[in-house]
Amino acid sequence: MMSLDLYNYWVVIFLMMAGFYMLIASNHLIRKIIGLNIFQTSVFMLYISLGKVAGGTAPIAAEGIDTYSNPLPHVLILTAIVVGISTTSLALALVIRIKESYDTVQEDEILELDSIADEEGS
Amino acid sequence: MINEHLPALQVVVPLLAAPICFLIPNKRLSWLFATLVSWLSFAMAILLVIAVNDGTILHYEFGGWAPPWGIEYKVDIFNSYVLLIVTAIGAAVFPYSWKSIQKEIPETHHRIYFTAMLLCLAGLLGMTITGDAFNLFVLLEISSLSSYTLISLGRDRRALTASFQYLIMGTIGATFILIGVGLLYALTGTLNMADLASRIPALEGSRTLEAAFAFLILGFGLKLAMFPLHLWLPNAYSYAPSSVSAFIGATATKVAIYALLRFLYTVFGSSFSFDYMQVHWLLMPLAIASFMFASIVAIFQDGIKRLLAYSSVAQIGYILLGISLVNVTGLTAALLHMFNHALMKGGLFLALGAIAYRIGSTRVQSIAGIGQAMPYTMAAFVIGSLSLIGVPLTVGFISKWYLILATLEKGYWPLTVLIIISSLLAVVYTWRVIETAYFQERPAGAPAVKEAPLSLLIPTWVVILANLYFGINSSLSTDLASHAALLLFGGSLL
Repeated sequence: MMSLDLYNYWVVIFLMMAGFYMLIASNHLIRKIIGLNIFQTSVFMLYISLGKVAGGTAPIAAEGIDTYSNPLPHVLILTAIVVGISTTSLALALVIRIKESYDTVQEDEILELDSIADEEGS
Repeated sequence: MINEHLPALQVVVPLLAAPICFLIPNKRLSWLFATLVSWLSFAMAILLVIAVNDGTILHYEFGGWAPPWGIEYKVDIFNSYVLLIVTAIGAAVFPYSWKSIQKEIPETHHRIYFTAMLLCLAGLLGMTITGDAFNLFVLLEISSLSSYTLISLGRDRRALTASFQYLIMGTIGATFILIGVGLLYALTGTLNMADLASRIPALEGSRTLEAAFAFLILGFGLKLAMFPLHLWLPNAYSYAPSSVSAFIGATATKVAIYALLRFLYTVFGSSFSFDYMQVHWLLMPLAIASFMFASIVAIFQDGIKRLLAYSSVAQIGYILLGISLVNVTGLTAALLHMFNHALMKGGLFLALGAIAYRIGSTRVQSIAGIGQAMPYTMAAFVIGSLSLIGVPLTVGFISKWYLILATLEKGYWPLTVLIIISSLLAVVYTWRVIETAYFQERPAGAPAVKEAPLSLLIPTWVVILANLYFGINSSLSTDLASHAALLLFGGSLL
């Protein structure tokens, strides 16, 4: 079946949508970060599966092997993973500061505290 | 010859200066160092503009790896013009920062501030100069991560939530760009923009190419705050420290627009973007909604920073409208407005930072009666506002004039009317601020206010005078913009 041959894309799409939904629908800031991570990871998997060449081995020059997987997407994703880690750690650092100053990490409670501050005109 | 390496140095110097700046133990020295680097970047951008002004295109191959294998930096009239915008604003904001952050950022964070500013500068310059699609994503993230840090340095705790919100939205945008670039790589097997451009025409009709295009437009739309994806912008600009609002407000969205144009015209090519995908019919209604909606919302804002932030959304609308007209005059208007909006919004945020330095607040009510106490600061604010409205002799007039010419050239006169209505709305929202400052009494018992210190006034006035200079002697900026627009339409860019 054609559509099952491309099962890696189905995995990617499922993860992407699950992460994106979690990112939008959660009220808890940490859960939002987890959603963001799943969303980013799905894109990493998209890249990695792009590099796979049917029947290819690891791209190391050796005798008797002439089909290699494409290493470039893997290298690109190493960079993207570093970017993802930086984003996650920055987001977590922000959540710690938010927790310190608002004493909550629930988005609706934060919005409520902010709207009270707005009314007081500070 | 140092000239040969200028394209690389333009990015490498601020990038390497950032960690050095963090290691300098003395705060004042680290500020002087950062300022020096920003001026050096400005000088390099001027040299690059001069070098490419006659139509030559500079190539720089990193590590001697020829494209499409290696990463290539490429400078032409179009991106040298954007480099000039970014570094010019940087060169004004860095000297200004010293005084401004004394009252807005705790002393322990001053070195982090300068480090993050330099990283942000390096990221923005890199995005502009690179000729590699994946490199653009990495540099976009460098500039974004440092701007999240900078915004979170604001005094108000809402700066933290604003930064978090921007982080979430910005990362979604960047990830969409990553998906788009990945799909393009899957189709063509290359990441070099020139190489992509030569391979894409053969792929017209491919569903994957259409998906890549959609992801990229959406990703850049988020980063440049295209209506209705602008929700992160008002909070981010309102709660960031004043100098950060001035720098990011004047440059970050412009660079995102540059990247969008680079993909629309260079990578995908105008025939795919506009004839096949018809993207201008998506951009035009969103652009109109941007400037009408944001101008109306700006009228009802209490905070002047938030008011200016909504006005930025409106100005981005004008730029997108210029792009969506798909003619040379429209694109010239869009490019001109990128330059002019950087000048006017940079100047206004800097003047506002000087007010915040003396008063400690940027709410409309709190500036009542300061027109007499801070005459130079408020005069700068008034000239900036006139430029925002588009009064003759200011840069705002030049870009609005080109935009109106472009709509008339197309025969879309209702758009002309909408642009004029939106400009009148700008009169309403800036007048509220000016009226409060000049015609209301200082409330009884309010502490006396002095004029802002010179170290804040001089950078502010340099940017404000540039508003007047390029409004009167507009040939320099219009020539650059129209050459860049012709280059994009001619397709001879690469």
